[in-house]
Amino acid sequence: MTIEPTPPTSASPRAGLNFRDLLLGKAGGGRRRWVDYAFIIAFAILLVITASMSDVFFTQRNLSNLMRQTVTNGLLSLGMLVVVLTGGIDLSVGPVVALTGIMVAGMSQQGLPLFLAILICLVVGVMAGAVNGFFIARFKLQPFIVTLATLGTIRGLVFVYSEIPITPTDPSFRAVLGGGFVGPFPVSALIMFACYPLVWFFLNRTRAGRAVVAIGGNEEAVRLAGISTRWHIFLAYMISGFFSALGGVILASRLGIAQPSVGSGFELDAIAACVIGGAILGGGGGSTFGTLGGVFALGLIDNLLNLFNVQSYYQQIFKGLIILIAVLARRKER
Amino acid sequence: MVTDFLRMQGISKSFDGTQALRNVDFSAAAGEVHAISGENGAGKSTLVKILSGALVRDAGEVLLEGQPVELGTPGRARRLGIRAVYQEFSLVPHLTVTENILIGRLPTRSGLGSIDWGEAHRRAEAILDSIGFVGIGVRQKVQQLSVSHQQMVEIAKAVAEEPRILILDEPSAVLSQEELKRLFRLVVELKQRGTLVLYISHRLDEVFEVADRITVLKDGQLVGTVRPKETDQGRLIKMMVGRDLGEIFPVRNPSGAAVALQASGLSKPGSFADISFRLHEGEILGMFGLVGSGRTQVARCIFGAEPFDSGELLLGDTPIRPRTPKHAVEAGIALLTEDRKRDGLVLGVSIRDNVSMASFDHMSRWGVIDRWVQAALVREKVVELDIRPTVIDRLARQLSGGNQQKLVLAKWLLTRARVLILDEPTRGVDVATKVEIYQIINGLAARGMGILLISSELPEILGMSDRILVMREGRLVGEFTRAQASEERVLASAAGVVQ
Repeated sequence: MTIEPTPPTSASPRAGLNFRDLLLGKAGGGRRRWVDYAFIIAFAILLVITASMSDVFFTQRNLSNLMRQTVTNGLLSLGMLVVVLTGGIDLSVGPVVALTGIMVAGMSQQGLPLFLAILICLVVGVMAGAVNGFFIARFKLQPFIVTLATLGTIRGLVFVYSEIPITPTDPSFRAVLGGGFVGPFPVSALIMFACYPLVWFFLNRTRAGRAVVAIGGNEEAVRLAGISTRWHIFLAYMISGFFSALGGVILASRLGIAQPSVGSGFELDAIAACVIGGAILGGGGGSTFGTLGGVFALGLIDNLLNLFNVQSYYQQIFKGLIILIAVLARRKER
Repeated sequence: MVTDFLRMQGISKSFDGTQALRNVDFSAAAGEVHAISGENGAGKSTLVKILSGALVRDAGEVLLEGQPVELGTPGRARRLGIRAVYQEFSLVPHLTVTENILIGRLPTRSGLGSIDWGEAHRRAEAILDSIGFVGIGVRQKVQQLSVSHQQMVEIAKAVAEEPRILILDEPSAVLSQEELKRLFRLVVELKQRGTLVLYISHRLDEVFEVADRITVLKDGQLVGTVRPKETDQGRLIKMMVGRDLGEIFPVRNPSGAAVALQASGLSKPGSFADISFRLHEGEILGMFGLVGSGRTQVARCIFGAEPFDSGELLLGDTPIRPRTPKHAVEAGIALLTEDRKRDGLVLGVSIRDNVSMASFDHMSRWGVIDRWVQAALVREKVVELDIRPTVIDRLARQLSGGNQQKLVLAKWLLTRARVLILDEPTRGVDVATKVEIYQIINGLAARGMGILLISSELPEILGMSDRILVMREGRLVGEFTRAQASEERVLASAAGVVQ
């Protein structure tokens, strides 16, 4: 095989751990490029324009709303990122949000202590992920198909559990997770912000995390290096299930009502956030904090268009365009 | 003076500041086989890719029959009659051989516009026949073919367009001896028809056999053009690396020692049967066989990458039956696979990750990798094997072929395996790196590692092995000591020729 040395593709080589990588948290390897900086700058410009046009945007109330609204997608995207890094996809996150939301509300209504209800829901989320992971890892089925199937199945289970929305009467249901504040910061947002470094640490500093990233690059090479690819793929879907459950519980708590129909289309926002943040569907690249950027970009667009009273159909159109632009801008990278 | 058929003048090309080609003047005549040699990174591929339109030159001129031509894109080059066959196949795996060969020009029934499959298959067959590639079913899907047959389909597809210039980039890497002979016959025939064949290969014996002239590149510059009759391999290597390499194969001092790995009666229906051998500590045991003889399957089964049906394995004096590569690695067996890009490396992650991947357990506490320990271990191997660049956070993708191969080797050295199976360890590696790898292998054997060396390069097998096993059609058909072995005897045994 004749392989000419690939020309250096970007910035100068750097030894060891470097601050920029740490800051930007590129899990899939590879270097930051102008695209990433362009996004950050575009983001900043957007904020400046908004600030000058709307006097509501920079109020504490709006900012805390913005944060609380992004929490669920923020958590789902985090789980999605782990799955996408293995080269997979998880379409079933929306129904898991609905299932855990309705369960936590239902159990709370039946008088179960809240923390216990939440714990059970997190376990349910992990189990849902385990089902996905089992079929995908054990039988080598396509992640798209398996999670498409569970997307329907879990949605059905939600309606089996309750056809009607549940509104728990216990005031603590709303108070802590969804409505609580520490100083000016919403509790839910703090939880989400805490999860990002954790996942970054998992992906970059642990044995399992590195395996997850490598599997997306070349599964067979990882298997032949004596690493159980089955287990790590299984693990990735359980992680996604866990974050979906956390997102579901927080969403129900924030709204104070659990709708069985909630969460349709959530998987698309999560995938979009990952992709805007630099993830490559099919594996081989993705960034934890890039994904957070994607989450905020999407959240911000929603928020701004709301402030300017733009109809939600237009929001969809804008989102679609943003995703296309993001993917186009990154096209050259590969 | 006669104008050269092809003339490339003052060709320069750089990638992000790295000068891949520097003012190269290259010319070749119609009806000749012109080999282009050089180490990895010498600029061979860059040069032919400029010619085939895959890359655009920074400076210089390309003249065809004295006329300057603009290449620019593969399509334009193709219309000028320039066609390239690269190592990376351009076949569509789930389409048939016929569709792949006739892609874009399948015959249609007049009037209806539907594809005339009978005619299509006949044409594809005729093309394969005419170039001597028999035994490939045109109705088969490409993904069902062996790699060597895929390579032949790729070549057939190119030849079917009757190019004036045919570029063959490492065509022999996956071909068996028999197939290689057919390829050579084809090359000679094309030459007689007036085609210019540009032939790139690492295998010098091949180059000497087939080429009329050899042009040597080194560090992006043209060193010179020679005729095989007027030089020898030693002198050519000297041109390529700029110095004498000395002995290619290091001297072996095997010592009789304990058995490291013993296989008895390993069988897997459809792949191999009744494989029994002993590999001693500190021994290099060569395993030779033509492509498809089952060598790779045996290696994969010992490593747990595939299951085997019956038979026993002893590692030292412990019976083992690795069900997954994980078991094998934990037991102390390592396998360097034949295709580093397919299953040896994760190109998108760093040197650090690739080298330490099989040893994460030794450098982690509670699942968290100790980055300092990891960096120290990886750097040690990078220095030991002279991997460049030495920056361990570079991506594997950014390394040259030879360095990538060393990376895979480093991964297994770090595991401190007792038995190392090497499946084609020097495939696609330049001569200088080859010599380095041979020395590394020898060093490992000297430290007591048992090494099973699988190769389809006879000189490599003969030069490196203490003993040689020969496989044919899934069975062990011969065993030679170093003293007994000769090229003719090993090859005869592998081909099933009675002596």
